[in-house]
Amino acid sequence: MAAEGGIDPIHQFVIAPVFQIGPLPVTNSAIFMIAVLAVASFIMIVGTSARALVPGRLQSLGEVAYEFVASTVRGSAGQDGMRFFPMVFSLFMFVLLSNLIGLIPYTFTVTSHIIVTFALAAIVILTVILYGFYRNGLHFLHLFVPSGVSPFLLPLLVLIEVISFISRPISLSVRLFANMLAGHITLKVFGGFVTMLLASGTWAIILAPLPFAMTVALTALELLVAFLQAYVFAILTCVYLNDAIHPGH
Amino acid sequence: MATTQETTTEVGHDGGHSGVFPPFDPSTFGPQLIWLAIIFGLLYLLMARIGLPRVAGILEARKAAHEGDLNEAARLRAETETAIASFEKALADAHAHAEEIGKQTRDRLNAEIIAKRTAFDAELTANLDAEEHTIAENKAKAMANVAEIASEATMSIVKQLTGYTAGAGEATAVVGRIMKS
Repeated sequence: MAAEGGIDPIHQFVIAPVFQIGPLPVTNSAIFMIAVLAVASFIMIVGTSARALVPGRLQSLGEVAYEFVASTVRGSAGQDGMRFFPMVFSLFMFVLLSNLIGLIPYTFTVTSHIIVTFALAAIVILTVILYGFYRNGLHFLHLFVPSGVSPFLLPLLVLIEVISFISRPISLSVRLFANMLAGHITLKVFGGFVTMLLASGTWAIILAPLPFAMTVALTALELLVAFLQAYVFAILTCVYLNDAIHPGH
Repeated sequence: MATTQETTTEVGHDGGHSGVFPPFDPSTFGPQLIWLAIIFGLLYLLMARIGLPRVAGILEARKAAHEGDLNEAARLRAETETAIASFEKALADAHAHAEEIGKQTRDRLNAEIIAKRTAFDAELTANLDAEEHTIAENKAKAMANVAEIASEATMSIVKQLTGYTAGAGEATAVVGRIMKS
């Protein structure tokens, strides 16, 4: 079992029902989504319930998260973008906590599934499109027409802009998904090397510390990636929302 | 052996799509999307309705408290400066008042001294005049006596020399004539 788990780096991504609620299977993915919700609520609601003027640790954490995301939204989408602050904050917390919880051994990484990241990206892009048309009407289409370009080049540039817009949800979701997937596979592979070398029973045992050190280093890197990908997701969301708020180049 | 059995069972359970890479297995998409919708919806509601307004309130209250403290400090400093200014003004007033009192006292004393000296001078002059008058009176009196003595002497001299008893009026007239010359 251990050897099989060590060798198969894909097994960690398998989604299996743990139990059923009526017709809906409660999968390992669902349980970790609930865990993400629980941790986010714990930080942002339980931690801030004292409303202390001088914050404790948990309240500080909540305030830091709030101010970090708020400054990102204000910096990328302006004061008008603050109407989307709850959405960006929820996306950031969901992605960040999914990534971080997924780094704990024996857990499941919600964001390592393309359908989840794509759904999150779709929320962003649909919001951009709907709000863009709601706020700007057809003027929103100026997003695809760069100004000050010669009429001969314009069709080509409009095509490029449209392709670039369509590729946004794909790049947004695949970036996060691929980072999580690759990181966890790499961790699993190097962790697997450790168990394989130890189990080999030959002189190769002395090499086991090398992949172990690599695993430690990779874990630190993945911690950075977990945060960075959540930040990238949030800031790109802000950039795209900024297009909906201020279309036209 | 039992573990192997268990593993086999688990693989068998996923047997319908065991050949598919798990993240690309479409049979898991439905439940994942449903759960994501539930959980993300709840997360959004909890953050937007409770968590974020609360943190915003905390930050706002803290900012207000800081600004209130700063304003209070500025107010107290202004108060202190006013107090210092009024104290310095009172001090300056007291100085001026003290100088005024000193000056008045000095002037009053000077005036008194001058008045006293004038009065004393006047008294002195009056006394001097009186003395001079007395002296002159005494002198006049003395001179009158001298004439009387002289006429008496003249009468007795004349009587001794000539035996003639001269009248008092005669002798006085003669003496007066001599004294006048």
